[in-house]
Amino acid sequence: MWNASVVAVPATESIQRPDFMPYQNNGGTVVAIGGEDYCIVSATTRLGLGFAIPTRNVCRYSILNNRVVLATAGMFADTVTLHKVIKARVKIYEEQQDKPFELRSAAQLLSNTLYYRRFFPYYTFNVLGGLDEDGQGFVYGFDAIGSGEKVKVVCNGTGQALIQPILDNQVERKQQYENKQITNLSLEEALDLVKDVFTSAGERDIYTGDAVDICIITKQRGVFVETFQLKQD
Amino acid sequence: MSQFDGAGGGFQFDLLERNEKLKEKGYRVPVARKTGTTIVGLVFREGVVLGADTRATSDTTVFDKNCEKIHYIAPNIYCCGAGTAADTENTTALVSSQLQLHRLNSGRESRVTTALTLLKRMLFRYQGYVSAALVLGGVDFYGPHLYTVYPHGSTDRLPFVTMGSGSLAAMSVFESKYKDDMSREEAEKLVYEAISAGIYNDLGSGGNVDLCVITRGQTEYLRGYAKENERKFRKPQGYSFPIGTTSILSSTFEKSFVPTPLVSDPESSSTMAVD
Repeated sequence: MWNASVVAVPATESIQRPDFMPYQNNGGTVVAIGGEDYCIVSATTRLGLGFAIPTRNVCRYSILNNRVVLATAGMFADTVTLHKVIKARVKIYEEQQDKPFELRSAAQLLSNTLYYRRFFPYYTFNVLGGLDEDGQGFVYGFDAIGSGEKVKVVCNGTGQALIQPILDNQVERKQQYENKQITNLSLEEALDLVKDVFTSAGERDIYTGDAVDICIITKQRGVFVETFQLKQD
Repeated sequence: MSQFDGAGGGFQFDLLERNEKLKEKGYRVPVARKTGTTIVGLVFREGVVLGADTRATSDTTVFDKNCEKIHYIAPNIYCCGAGTAADTENTTALVSSQLQLHRLNSGRESRVTTALTLLKRMLFRYQGYVSAALVLGGVDFYGPHLYTVYPHGSTDRLPFVTMGSGSLAAMSVFESKYKDDMSREEAEKLVYEAISAGIYNDLGSGGNVDLCVITRGQTEYLRGYAKENERKFRKPQGYSFPIGTTSILSSTFEKSFVPTPLVSDPESSSTMAVD
């Protein structure tokens, strides 16, 4: 016989507990451009949290070897963890195989690492850039769960909506019907373009600012990093 | 009440029921432009200094890099606004107009406490739904006055005040450096520092520093007192799109529009002659 007193907690009554909030958005923008014989991978250094700026100078990129660089926007704690994992795997590979980790291998490793967390993802938006087997500059853009593709130019993070259309237009000549082939920007032109788009995004996106680290990857010099100052407000 | 019958005064709520239904169907309510703001006020020996940043935001996007947040109330009274941009602009404009009419009727200078009362009555009536957080300052017959007005209609009267998302950054400057009976120069510098603290440490604030210095019989609105956040870099070669960048896929030619003469009948037009 059914007894009402047996039901101690009605189904509708939930137990009070603090919300589990494992994610936070720290903002940040990352841009990568692949050229004929160079690649640029860049990331802003501001760490935002709500309306506050906990730090103005964080490092959002990792140099995986002298021809591959990874840059990540999104949650910074996940960025640090992800980079740690990727760098460890690259190191193990290079020790065991005694050869440098290729760009496409890094892309596959990153994709697998991200998809492995399919239902509790790293809250990260990655770009991977470098020189491929032929010495040509290429970049990969990924979403948080590892979907990505090999392209010439990509932007991820809070400034994406502001920057990506300009890069499409200037690098790939999208929307320019007479001139549809990919124009080969020189390294200097590409650098000026990167600085310009970050400056513009800094004007309108509150999470983009302070500075941007620009990694320049060439066969001759390997990875060379310069820091470009943005506005502090 | 119909949409076209506005004689009752106050806001119209005709569309409320419809909008609730739309919300149920999954339509999203449009977001208002906020001024995630730093605004401050400070009393000094001869008067008050009001200060504000110039950034207006919508979520994480900067809408306006150089907006005016110090609003005119009366020649001797100004008011800084934080919160929803439309609410601060309209609330201050409404009170400003009521005070103008009051001056025309009475022939006397407006008093700060009158402006304060009108503002808090209006805001209290709307129970915080008019989201205007204000810093009201001015000099009248009784001397300098400085108040804050909260969105629900409560008010404070203090020698130095801050409001908006950058209020904590600005207040930390005031708390460490304020002293009684400052000179005008000292007061201007301290307000500038407080606003700068908001501009650099609060993501909702940014752009330039605006000041408004009110003393007896004189008001100085210093728009762009400091401009430290102008754009620093531009691509040297710029962006150029030569003619033909966008190809013409097809074209047709039509006779261009000829406006109809005012007087179409030549017979009647002759009667227009004026000699």
